[in-house]
Amino acid sequence: MKIQEADAKKLLLAQGLPVPPYEVARSPAEARAAASRLLHGHGSVGQVVIKAQVLVGGRGKAGGVKLASSDDEAEHIADAILGMTIKGIPVRKVLVAPAADIVREYYLAAVLDRGARRILLMGSAEGGVEIEQVAEANPAAIVRIHADPLLGLRDWQAREMAFRLGLGAHLKAAVGIAKGLVKAMLAYDADLVEINPLAVVREGGPGATEERLVCLDAKVTLDDSALFRHPDHEALRDPDDEAPADVEARRHDISFIHLDGTIGCMVNGAGLAMTTMDLVKRAGGEPANFLDIGGGAKADRVAAAMKLILDEPKVEAILVNIFGGITRGDEVAHGLIEARSRQSRDVPMVVRIVGTNAAEAAQLLEEAHFATAASLDEAAAKAVAAAKAARGAA
Amino acid sequence: MSILVGRDTRLLVQGITGREGEFHARSMQAYGTNVVAGVTPGKGGQVALDGSVPVFDTVADGVRETGANTSCIFVPAGGAPDAILEATAAGIGTIFCITEGIPALDMVPVVAAVERAGARLIGPNCPGATSPGRAKVGIIPGSIHREGSVGVVSRSGTLTYEAVQAMTDAGIGQSTCVGIGGDPIIGSTFLEVLKLFAADPETSAIVLIGEIGGAAEEEAAAWAAANLADVPKAAFIAGRTAPEGKRMGHAGAIISGGAGTAAGKVAALEAAGFHVAGSPTELPALLREAGYRG
Repeated sequence: MKIQEADAKKLLLAQGLPVPPYEVARSPAEARAAASRLLHGHGSVGQVVIKAQVLVGGRGKAGGVKLASSDDEAEHIADAILGMTIKGIPVRKVLVAPAADIVREYYLAAVLDRGARRILLMGSAEGGVEIEQVAEANPAAIVRIHADPLLGLRDWQAREMAFRLGLGAHLKAAVGIAKGLVKAMLAYDADLVEINPLAVVREGGPGATEERLVCLDAKVTLDDSALFRHPDHEALRDPDDEAPADVEARRHDISFIHLDGTIGCMVNGAGLAMTTMDLVKRAGGEPANFLDIGGGAKADRVAAAMKLILDEPKVEAILVNIFGGITRGDEVAHGLIEARSRQSRDVPMVVRIVGTNAAEAAQLLEEAHFATAASLDEAAAKAVAAAKAARGAA
Repeated sequence: MSILVGRDTRLLVQGITGREGEFHARSMQAYGTNVVAGVTPGKGGQVALDGSVPVFDTVADGVRETGANTSCIFVPAGGAPDAILEATAAGIGTIFCITEGIPALDMVPVVAAVERAGARLIGPNCPGATSPGRAKVGIIPGSIHREGSVGVVSRSGTLTYEAVQAMTDAGIGQSTCVGIGGDPIIGSTFLEVLKLFAADPETSAIVLIGEIGGAAEEEAAAWAAANLADVPKAAFIAGRTAPEGKRMGHAGAIISGGAGTAAGKVAALEAAGFHVAGSPTELPALLREAGYRG
């Protein structure tokens, strides 16, 4: 689960990491008030930065990050950013923070390294740009240090990272931040805690010489599997950021991803669901979604899955592919029959059910006059043909 | 022989009195697996599976009383990491964890502890392993198998069933089918299972079924190129049409930063001598094309 920058910063502050002050605004007026406090309050700054709060990368490039020097300008900029849509996501909140006087930018992140089966601390002295770009252009510029799986990230490892990034002048702060990232990762069950940029900034107004190492941006991705022991994380999920279909899918324990094609797919198991999409494409069609009904799905979950698929108006045909193991074929067949009796529009459907209770399922489907297929390849071909026929008839 | 599970498997089921544990323990026993013990803390002294399997409070008790050497875990996600450590401490050598939804960071110290103890963990979030005609541990339907000499290793559940059924329908039997699990952090990788197959005299061909995400398929391919050069090899990779940045169900199945793509995995496998199928149903023909005669 991705969370917004402001929420990520709140989590990091709670772990004692140095994050400059910020406020969140939902309207231009709120942004103006926040900017006013920062521009005219105690320890005032010359400028504020206003940043769109959306769960997609590339906000800066899209014009979602701007500087303002006055209350009027802050309100005006916030108004513009709050009206933007970045990569399809409408901006509903902005973060307002003092503009930093940056001396140098770094990258520092703690991430779960699947291959090594350890936590990886990753750093670069080339901060402020996407780490993937650095990795491609100059892989040697990335410092990688693995935390011990049983002992964690030790002080000497954090020091090594600091020295290799050239942060010797800020050693204590850098070690604190490096260890803090790993601590935050474990405390919140995060897959990723990324600071980009981590920056040396000048503080105290114009002409100041005092330098400090701070986390200017923060990106945290939480492990969905750990939500059961972090009930407070549910509040970080912003319903505005989610399509209604995603909310509905989660309610029914269905794994669903909307795609752009016309063949709706309903499958049990993630690997088989991807394979079904691949075979639809191979047969000349385009999958409309990834949908895994999970193990042991009963009739009601099948009906909910059918509704998710049909709610997408582009869907011209539906392919159901079930290999029963824990899931019983007859349960799925009952769900399909029930769903069809209630469905809002008539879309051709091709059903393939094999494995546990396949014979019972076949009889139910035959009695209900469903189009069926024996093999997965045949099912994909039939569904693509049905979609073409439906398009021709329309 | 076969690998991981066989006639010498003495199985202990952790969570045997739960709904899932009871159902699958019964199914494993019906397949012919020697289920010797069950463990549910607080239910020691009971007897499960119609009086045929004693239940113990701790894994150590079960091992001491029955000589169990393999464990299969059906404990819910919150307690499963601890169940793995308990089995390890009790001296169980081969541990299958079927449980899905374990927080990834919980597995970091657990896999390290299992490794340090010299035990082997398969999973979590895996369907288990079957050595047809001998024994099955986990939830793979017994009916899809046929005895034979092809070693199957896969990251998926139902996709494995699909591929194995296609092989069985074509008259190609399996030595052992292993589902290693779809989670980001798992106990045994493709590479580790390939090494076991390489050392098994009854395995004469390999089928590898992978998915987008991570680099485990590539790593296994590189090893196979050097160490399984003369063995017929076929593979399938799911997720050719998956878009970047979208997690496809499994916590592990995601293409990020251009890494973990199906195209990259297919290229690595082909370079290593695997015949890569466009559909799981093509695997039997590709195995024969690769030189498999069985």
